[in-house]
Amino acid sequence: MAYTVPKLTDYSAAALEKAAGECIAACVSEASEVRNDADLKAFRDRWMARKNGILTQINDLWLKGAPKAAKREAGIRVNELKARITELVEGAHVSAGGADSLAAERVDITLPGVRRAIGAEHPVIRTMHEIVGVFQKLGYSVAEGPVVETDYYNFEALNFPPNHPARDTQDTLFIAGQQSKAQRERLLLRTHTSPVQIRTMEKMRPPIRIVIPGTVHRNDPPDASHSPMFHQIEGLAVDTNITFGDLKGTLDHAMKALFGSSVKTHFRPSFFPFTEPSAELYVTCFICGGSGKRGADPCRPCKQTGWIEVLGCGMVDPNVFEFVKDNGYDPKKVSGFAFGMGVDRLALLKYGVDDLQYFFQGDVRFLQQFG
Amino acid sequence: MKLSPQWIRDYVDLTVDDYRLGEDLTNVGISVEGISGSGVDTVFEMEIGTNRPDAMNHYGVAREAAAIYDLPLKQPSALSCQPSAKYSKDAPFPITVEEPELCPRFSARVIRNTHIKPSPKKIAHRLQLLDQRPISNAVDATNYVLWEIGKPTHVFDMDLLEGGQIIVRKARNGERLKTLDGVERKLTPEDLVVCDAKKPVGLAGVMGGYDTMITEKTRNIVIESAWWDPGIVRKMSRRHGLHTDASHRFERGADFESTVLSCDLVAQMILESGGGELVGDVVDVISKKMDQAPVILRVSEVRRILGGGLDAGLIYRLLKRLGFELIPEGQSDAQFRVQIPSWRLDVEREIDVIEEIARLHGYDKFENTLPAYSGAVVELPHAPVDATLRNRALALGYNEALSLTFISHADAEKFSVGAQVLELENPLSEEASVMRTSLVPGMLDMLAWNLNRDVADARLFEIGSAYELSAGERIEPRRACLGATAAGVAAALPAGGALDVSKGEQAAAAEAFRGFKGDVENLLAAFAGEVEYDRTTAEYFHPGRSARARVNGAVVAQFGQIHPEVAAERKLRQDVFLAEFDLERLYEIGLRRVKFSPLGKYPAVERDFSFVFGDDVTFEQVRRAVDAAAVTELRELRPVEIFRGGSIPAGKYSVLLRVRLQSDERTLREDEVAQWSGTIVTALTKLGGSQRA
Repeated sequence: MAYTVPKLTDYSAAALEKAAGECIAACVSEASEVRNDADLKAFRDRWMARKNGILTQINDLWLKGAPKAAKREAGIRVNELKARITELVEGAHVSAGGADSLAAERVDITLPGVRRAIGAEHPVIRTMHEIVGVFQKLGYSVAEGPVVETDYYNFEALNFPPNHPARDTQDTLFIAGQQSKAQRERLLLRTHTSPVQIRTMEKMRPPIRIVIPGTVHRNDPPDASHSPMFHQIEGLAVDTNITFGDLKGTLDHAMKALFGSSVKTHFRPSFFPFTEPSAELYVTCFICGGSGKRGADPCRPCKQTGWIEVLGCGMVDPNVFEFVKDNGYDPKKVSGFAFGMGVDRLALLKYGVDDLQYFFQGDVRFLQQFG
Repeated sequence: MKLSPQWIRDYVDLTVDDYRLGEDLTNVGISVEGISGSGVDTVFEMEIGTNRPDAMNHYGVAREAAAIYDLPLKQPSALSCQPSAKYSKDAPFPITVEEPELCPRFSARVIRNTHIKPSPKKIAHRLQLLDQRPISNAVDATNYVLWEIGKPTHVFDMDLLEGGQIIVRKARNGERLKTLDGVERKLTPEDLVVCDAKKPVGLAGVMGGYDTMITEKTRNIVIESAWWDPGIVRKMSRRHGLHTDASHRFERGADFESTVLSCDLVAQMILESGGGELVGDVVDVISKKMDQAPVILRVSEVRRILGGGLDAGLIYRLLKRLGFELIPEGQSDAQFRVQIPSWRLDVEREIDVIEEIARLHGYDKFENTLPAYSGAVVELPHAPVDATLRNRALALGYNEALSLTFISHADAEKFSVGAQVLELENPLSEEASVMRTSLVPGMLDMLAWNLNRDVADARLFEIGSAYELSAGERIEPRRACLGATAAGVAAALPAGGALDVSKGEQAAAAEAFRGFKGDVENLLAAFAGEVEYDRTTAEYFHPGRSARARVNGAVVAQFGQIHPEVAAERKLRQDVFLAEFDLERLYEIGLRRVKFSPLGKYPAVERDFSFVFGDDVTFEQVRRAVDAAAVTELRELRPVEIFRGGSIPAGKYSVLLRVRLQSDERTLREDEVAQWSGTIVTALTKLGGSQRA
């Protein structure tokens, strides 16, 4: 039943209070029924129109009809009421209404959303950033060096003497037309990011902590687990007090940061010409958690051993320091550790990718999985 | 490399099983990568580092096992029979070493009246386990000893050695040698050869000669066991492309003290299996003593490098187990004089000895510590630029890609005119024979890859280096490249937002170009400076649909649709768009520094102008004409709609322009706006435009 302005006979305070209360209640109720712009306009007109709007009627019926004695009191009351109603009418807005009517307005929320394309990060670069980030938080600066490198930096200064069999393990790609140069100046594609160790130590005096991400090349024909181009991250810390225990502690910390705090590390002796003692670092397989099994099946990434080889490392060989001795790297005074890891292989393991070649094809179907 | 754990057990009484043995060996650096077979036929797949030739045989690995478990080691049994009295008056077999530096030791034994036949079963079986083919008792004896103690030896048919002697010398120019593999090899004076009186009969340390080899007819044998210089063996092995089990060991350093033992072991095996008589004593020509200087080991240095508290007693015991002799020097166990075993040519320095201590002690036993550090942390100078570009490209929907760094000669010429390429000496293929001078060929290949796999709307970006020579110096300029197929560009355009509403391919192309240009603009907007565009681009771009971007006169990018001929050559199934960015220039320009400008407090007014221009009038000219009108309240001029055809005469187009006017000081008055509108109309009319009603 729509509200109509009653005539007043009783002008007592209580009666005025009651009439005003009923009027406000009606206005609140009607305001909540506004469903669209047309409703809103009708609502405003009904209450506020100068000609025969409810406020006008109240003015006419309550104020003008008031006995003289009550006129003053009624005036104050009506003004208060007007202010309140004006507030309510001006504040009124289109509202959705009750649960039932809103339910009728439902849309199919299971339809797919309109998705604007987002580019996907390359898994190798993403992994690279993650690893670099871990070491940056440990106080390591980032360093870089050239991909086309000299024999000196790639081999000689890293304690691979000319004609040493250790060079055979590197499957080097050489730049053509270098025969006329001295061996140490001949150009090749760096086979590891380790040359940047030397380049950085030539430029910066100890103490240093650097991490070196970069592209490296080997003469490996492409297949599911080989690529002539891949990525490494190298690390180097040199100071007056660095020990093999520090190497272990640092890498143990880094592996926990990368693969989770429950990961265990295990160091095995190995050989690299530029470190001594040298080690390979294994972590408990982050696929099977170290059990060697995935359910009833054997865990393939760790070949059922529960361990995955992650990187090579070791204490910087004194022979390496000899090459940069003049810049403060006297092997009698400083010691250091270095480590290097293949990023592509880690990304392969981490995401369960079964073919390295996916990384270098630019196939959008592959890349978008990392979006 | 395969080894038999059963054979290893000949020399040390192990209580652990083969699996445990494999694990424990691996943990001291003698890596057992795999275990196959079972029982006595169990085989270890070993991976022994180039520094450990001493462990590339059964006795050597047994020696490591004995050290691990602190057990006694049993030497392989040497010759038990005596020289035959029959030949006691014979002179020793004559051996002349003309190159003492390259052949410091040459030991030999002679056996007469033996018989060549198949090896005993046990010998043949052991060799077969290691994938070695048994040949005959004499040849197998040398092979067996190689796998037993790691010392390569060789056997000659003595009757085929002319002049009955051996000379070690450099080869002469023009000399030839047919090696055991049947290959006739040309020799040079860089080759070290074992010769008889007339001719070379063996390539020192690499392979013996075919013409003097053991045959069924052989009755008399000379056994050779020499110590060859690692460098010369390696050079010859490389020059002749001949990598043998012998050269593998010699070039890494064999045990100088095992030449006689190996001769004796071979002799014993031949005599046992083929009979015959031993002639005289071993001939042992030592031209030069192997110098293995003792190493001073300081306990303080052990602790400085390894950390933790290894005490002198433990250090002593660990090294003794590995065959090192230690004599304490001075007082209080502070240092030792360490004598290195003859089989460990890799141990020369104090640090080498320290490594031995660490590995036998067990790496995992050292406590993990973290070093203190007081240096500063430095970021690469260009890292923020790379990160900004990468984030923007990702946000714009481009997928990050990595292409191979090699390209073909033809692509280098086509996509980097005039660049001096770095060619590979030993490329993987013709198609990958030079270092990339541009990211474009790789990007085109990746787009083609997608199009060929029904991914029509590919959009990719790559940030990386190009490699070239500049004035003889190698440089690695950083580049970025965006690539998109036409469908990829179209899919990224906002719906219903076309500017050019004319019909036809040309209008669609203009829209696509604008869509792609927007991405380029979004990347360049990160940098300081005004960008100017012109039409000068490389030949592999469509000349009418490409542009280059310059900042302060420096070219920072070129972009647009790829030339249809290039697209056809590469069999691209769609038009594709590329943008190349010169990051070196952008690094110089630097990122734009954000400076706040106050938001307008007063309302803006928009006015539209509809004009017809000739096709030769570009939007840039329109923009400049309006700028020149110098309306200071002009905030923006933009094209809203372009149309050709219909009532518009050929060679002309209509354009709806929208300007936004706003003052920082007050609300604009109608008469002011009208006046400025008039100024703008006058300027555009002067440009040759006619205003439409």
